[in-house]
Amino acid sequence: MEGGQIHSKKITLLAHLNQSGKARIVEIKGGVNFQRKMCTMGLREGSILRIVTKQPLRGPITIAVGNCHMTMGMGMAHKIVVEEL
Amino acid sequence: MKKIVLMGNPNVGKSVVFSRLTGANVISSNYPGTTVDFSKGSMRLDGKKVDIIDAPGTYSLISSNKAEGVASKMFHEADVVINVVDATNLERNLYLTLELLEQNIPVVIALNLWDETKHLGIHIDEKKLQSLLGVPVIPLVALTGEGIKELVSEIKNASSPEKIKPTSDEGRWIEIGQLIKEVETIEHRHHTLRDRFSDLSIRPITGLPIAVGIIFSAFWVVRIIGENLINFIFNPIFEELYRPIVLQIGEILGPGFLYNFLISQTYGEIEFVESLGMLTTGLYVPVGMVLPYIVAFYFMLSLLEDTGYLPRLATLLDNVFHKLGMHGYGIVPVFLGLGCNVPGMLATRTLETRKQRFIAATLLSISVPCMAQTSLIFAIFSNPEQQQNLVLAPIFYILIVFTTLLILYFVAGFLLNKFVKGESPEIFLEIPNYRVPHLKTTLKKTWMRIRWFLKDALPWMFFGVFLINILYTIGVIDFLAALFEPFMTALFGLPGETSVILLSGFLRKDLAVGTLLSFPTGTFSPMQLVIVATMLTIYFPCIATFAIMIKELGIKDMIKAAFVMICAAGFVGILLRLILLGV
Repeated sequence: MEGGQIHSKKITLLAHLNQSGKARIVEIKGGVNFQRKMCTMGLREGSILRIVTKQPLRGPITIAVGNCHMTMGMGMAHKIVVEEL
Repeated sequence: MKKIVLMGNPNVGKSVVFSRLTGANVISSNYPGTTVDFSKGSMRLDGKKVDIIDAPGTYSLISSNKAEGVASKMFHEADVVINVVDATNLERNLYLTLELLEQNIPVVIALNLWDETKHLGIHIDEKKLQSLLGVPVIPLVALTGEGIKELVSEIKNASSPEKIKPTSDEGRWIEIGQLIKEVETIEHRHHTLRDRFSDLSIRPITGLPIAVGIIFSAFWVVRIIGENLINFIFNPIFEELYRPIVLQIGEILGPGFLYNFLISQTYGEIEFVESLGMLTTGLYVPVGMVLPYIVAFYFMLSLLEDTGYLPRLATLLDNVFHKLGMHGYGIVPVFLGLGCNVPGMLATRTLETRKQRFIAATLLSISVPCMAQTSLIFAIFSNPEQQQNLVLAPIFYILIVFTTLLILYFVAGFLLNKFVKGESPEIFLEIPNYRVPHLKTTLKKTWMRIRWFLKDALPWMFFGVFLINILYTIGVIDFLAALFEPFMTALFGLPGETSVILLSGFLRKDLAVGTLLSFPTGTFSPMQLVIVATMLTIYFPCIATFAIMIKELGIKDMIKAAFVMICAAGFVGILLRLILLGV
C-alpha cells in the first residue's frame, strides 16, 4: 500500500477484505485517540482477526479477534491496514 | 472501608455480580453533572455497612466517552475495587486490570464466566495469575452465584501490589503477553450451536429474518404481559378498590364545578376512560392503560440487552439508521417509544453526539406513536358509529396512517441528517456472546426503568390533565380554536371544528379523540379522519414527552425540534389532503 511497495503477501485495508477472510493487522492509522481505542479493544499490530460478516451497501463490518467479536463502521475499517492470511 | 467500586469492561456480567452482592436496596441515579446512569447499593461486611457502586463498563481508565470518564472518576473515589474480568477474554480484559493495579487503590479480581472457559477449551491457572499479579484472584460464576462467598471473604485481602509499575500502552501489552503465556492455554475446539446461531443472527441474509422474528415475538410478549397486567392487576385495583373511593369523594363534593373538574363532566356517572376528570381519566390513562405496557416494554428491552441480542440488532440496522444521521442503536428509542415516548426520549442517551440525539428525539416525537396514540388511532376507526361512515375496512385507514408515519420517519431523518450540523460517529461496539440472562438482574433493571417513568413522566401527564381542564373551564381553548378554525379548512381541507381537537391534543391525546368521537357522525369523511389522526400523532408529543425533551435537549434545541414538528405536521397534512381528498 504505502509508496506502492510490492509485497509477496497481499496487503490491503480491513474494509476491502473479503467475506470470511482472515488477516493480520499491519498498521492502525488515524489519530492517537482512535489508535488507543483500538488498542484497548485488543486491536493492535500483529493481532489476527477474522471477518464474521459484512453488512451490504457499505454497512458496518463485524470481526472476531480471539474470542471477542466487534462491529465497526466502514470509515474505521478504512484506517486499519491488514495482511491477508 | 466505606466504598467498594465494581470496575470492568462492558459485557463482563458486572451487573450480575452487583446484583449478587447487594440487597434489595439499590438505587439508580445520574452521576452529578452528566447523563450517565449508575447503580448504587450496599452490603454487610464484617457487621459494617459498605456502599457498593456499579461503575459504567470501560476498556481503559483513559476515557473515550462520558460513561468511561465517569467510570474513571469513580475508580479514584474507591476504597476497594472489585475488578470483574471476563475469563473467556482474559487477554483484552487484563489491560484495564493492569491500569487499575498501577494506581494506589486495593484491588481484588473476580474471574467471571468461569464455567464458560471450560466449554471454550480455555484453561486458566488462577493461582499463578494471583501470585504474578499479587492480588486475590477468585473464579466466579455470577449467574449461579458460585464463588460469590469466596469473593466477599477475599475483599479484606485486596491489595495494591508494588511490583506493577505505571508504564506505556506498549509496555502493558508486553506484560499482558508474558502473563497470558504463563497462565493460559487454549485447546482447539469445535464450533458450538451457540456460535453458529451467533454468526447466523448477525449475517444479513439470515440475520434480518431472525430479527423480524425476534421483534415480532417481543411485541407479542409485550402485548401478552400488558393485557394480563391490565386484566388481572390494574383493572381489578381500579374497579374494586379505587371506584368506591372516587364515588365517595363524588358524594362529598356534590354536583358543580369541582365535581366536573375532579371526577366527571356528567354527574353520577363514572367511566374511567371518558369521564375526563382529574381523578378518573387523568389517573386511569397513565396508570391503568399506559403503565402496564411500560412495564412489559421495559422488561423485554432488558431481556434483549441481557441476552446479548441488542448489539446484533444494532449491527444489522446500522446501515439504515446511519443514513438518518444516527447509528444502529437508534432502534432502541423507537422500540421503547412505541410503548411510551418518555422512556424512548430517555433512551436517546445511548447515542453519543448532540446531532444524533436531536435527530432521534425529533423523529421519535413526530413519527413514533406511543401505545396510547396507537390505541386511540384504532379507537377512531373501530368506533361503531364511525364504521357506518367508512367506505372500506377500518384496517385500511389505519394502515394509511401508519404507512404515512413510517415514510415520514425516513424522509424527515434523511433531511435532518443533511441539515443538522454536528457529527454522527460510526458504530463501534462489542458483540458479546449470547448469555442466559440472570432473572433477578433483569428484573432489577426493569424496575429501575419503571421508576424513571413514575418519577419523570407520570407527574407531567397529570399536570397536562390539570392544565387542560383549567384552560377549558376558563374558555381559553374555545377562544384559540375559533382563531385557528379558518386555517383548518384552508390548509388541510378539514372542518373548522378540527382546531379544537388539535389544540386539546397537545396536552391530552385521549381528550382529543374523545372530542373527535363526540362530533355527529358524518362531520368528517373517512379520509378527513385519516388526516386528523395522522396530524394528531405528528404535530406534538404529549406534555410529559415535551418536558423530558426540554430536559434532554435543552430549551434551544427543543424550540428547533418543535419547529420541525409543526412543519412536518403542516406539510404532511397538506400532502395528505392533496392525495386523499384530491383538492
